[in-house]
Amino acid sequence: MPAAIKVENLSKAYQLGEIGTGTISRDLERFWAKMRGKEDPFLKIGEVNDRTTKGDSNIVWGLKDLDFEIEQGAAVGIIGRNGAGKSTLLKILSRITSPTAGSIKIKGRVASLLEVGTGFHPELSGRENIFLNGAILGMRKAEIKRKFDEIVNFSGVERYIDTPVKRYSSGMYVRLAFAVAAHLESEILVVDEVLAVGDAEFQKKCLGKMGDISKGEGRTVLFVSHNMTAVKALCNSGILLINGTLAQHDEIQNVVNKYLMAFSPVSKISFVSGNLMTSNNLVELNSIEVITENAAGGFFINEELSIKVSFTNKAVTSPININLFFNTPDGTNIFVTCSMGREFSKGQVTLKCSIPANVLNDNIYSIDTMIVTNSTPILFVKETLIIEGIEPHRQGSWLEKFPGLIKPLFEWTVEGI
Amino acid sequence: MNNPVDENWDIEITDKNNPFDLKLKDVWHYRDLLVLLVRRDFVSFYKQTILGPIWFFIQPLFTTIIYTFVFGNLASIPTDGLPQPLFYLAGITAWNYFADCFTKTSTVFTANAGLFGKVYFPRLIVPLSIVVSNLIRFAVQMLLFIGMMIIYWGRGASLHPNIYLLLFPLLLLLMAMLGLGLGMIISAMTTKYRDLSFLVTFGIQLMMYLTTVIYPLSVVESKYPRYAWLVKYNPMTSIIEAFRYGFLGQGTFTMLSLSITTAITIIMLLIGIVVFNRVERTFIDTV
Repeated sequence: MPAAIKVENLSKAYQLGEIGTGTISRDLERFWAKMRGKEDPFLKIGEVNDRTTKGDSNIVWGLKDLDFEIEQGAAVGIIGRNGAGKSTLLKILSRITSPTAGSIKIKGRVASLLEVGTGFHPELSGRENIFLNGAILGMRKAEIKRKFDEIVNFSGVERYIDTPVKRYSSGMYVRLAFAVAAHLESEILVVDEVLAVGDAEFQKKCLGKMGDISKGEGRTVLFVSHNMTAVKALCNSGILLINGTLAQHDEIQNVVNKYLMAFSPVSKISFVSGNLMTSNNLVELNSIEVITENAAGGFFINEELSIKVSFTNKAVTSPININLFFNTPDGTNIFVTCSMGREFSKGQVTLKCSIPANVLNDNIYSIDTMIVTNSTPILFVKETLIIEGIEPHRQGSWLEKFPGLIKPLFEWTVEGI
Repeated sequence: MNNPVDENWDIEITDKNNPFDLKLKDVWHYRDLLVLLVRRDFVSFYKQTILGPIWFFIQPLFTTIIYTFVFGNLASIPTDGLPQPLFYLAGITAWNYFADCFTKTSTVFTANAGLFGKVYFPRLIVPLSIVVSNLIRFAVQMLLFIGMMIIYWGRGASLHPNIYLLLFPLLLLLMAMLGLGLGMIISAMTTKYRDLSFLVTFGIQLMMYLTTVIYPLSVVESKYPRYAWLVKYNPMTSIIEAFRYGFLGQGTFTMLSLSITTAITIIMLLIGIVVFNRVERTFIDTV
């Protein structure tokens, strides 16, 4: 099969932190360097993108030297942890943003679905929005007209087609939007995790349609997802990105396995002694460590997870307890787990907290650490650790992410038939 | 596996692009989108309003009344011997077209960040759709203006439409290009420096006072000969003066001043295109 997409030395640099303040001087400096024919001075100090370590520069490489080819008709899953560069790659492929270096060559039209319903206008009717959305995605009017009945049929919202979409339920909205996108006539379809919405029946329909597109119609599909079950069902090959670099490009099963193994076995964060953020005259937090069977940093949600907290008691004589706050990445607290209060003599203490298997979901959790004595917090370290749950496999036919911040396994019994 | 015959790619994405490449082929492919965006602008403009399209008349009409009262009667600024309402309405109609093209274009990137961040289409489509949908508004307001002209003519006012009416399409094009060019420059810069969006709203008002909307050029030249150049070399001035001259028979412009305007407009549009093209490629990372 000839290549449909050829990616060569693709790199993309991002600037972290505040943009817009104090950048005129930097812009001028860049401009001056370019005028003299020198390299951009701020790109040289760019470093590998790893969100868990703090860098010295605020320029990072979101993608670094990617090189690969995708054959026509392939269904490729792009996987990697959050921040590995999946979305950046899709954005460059969809021509939403430009690379900093390198190139992508593409044969055929690209339809990208990074979001469903882009450009839907709430005041317009379903009919008008089909045309508007279709045109935004690159369809000609005649093409939309020809497929109109098919689109309406697929979406299943015939009755509401002349109602403004602002009166649609969110499910109907998504159905209509996906229906438009699914009928695009492009040689290459790029799909981000847009299927995380809608009901089960419709998701099945979407996945089925995507399967048809790649297998039946011979079009090339690129699919980004965190969901290994869906990726394995849909794709025949995969690309694994780690910190913006290509880690593996192989058959999907091998790539998924590698992804699940890619996390280093122990992730431990040690704090510099005397740091004002993690120490005071009473206690000092030394380190926090995640221990699991297979992986840390990322952990398998169907296995036990242990977190070791190590601190130095400097001057506390009353009982001490440790609280771990499990938060969502945006800071909403999900739960707090608290150790029993105990008196410790001066010196280093290590406590271990074991979280049984099947409690957490495949989310990212940000953990704050609080040391308490006499019901008074004496040290509070925010975002001590960030961990990511991974679901390696699942029984049953539901392919999408389980909703919810946690996913406890409860017992179900039949009480009568 | 890649034989040389296969090396004709349809799309090449690289870190470089031609600053003057407008991707007109792409724009042409997306022409239906342009029509639909214009339509969307209109439909969403008067959905859930009672007066609907009548709003297009209300703004210039009331502005004319206020200007006639304040500048015409209270301040007694002469109007080249033209009936005051007609004089102001001519200025307002032309100025509005330019100002609307300019202000709307200047927020293209920030207002459409959500859309631009999710899907590719030639970004130029959006500024173009702004120019076109304002053109329709302008046409409606021109009807109002011509209606007023007929009324005053019937009453025996001395109006002398003349051969310079033929310049009208050129004037329209110049206004659209100038609004588009300046708007694109500002829109490109606001993605990084938000300060400019504040400047636009009141800057456009200040600029109106440096344009011959509420006074004729002849008055400035006789009253403030030292500062008249400020008004005279404002590109919008000769457009509005030529507009008034063509339709009403009064106005101060020369072919030279119109040529200067044309030159400035073309330069602004070229700069606009270059910065727009530059920013278009990566603005989504900074917006």
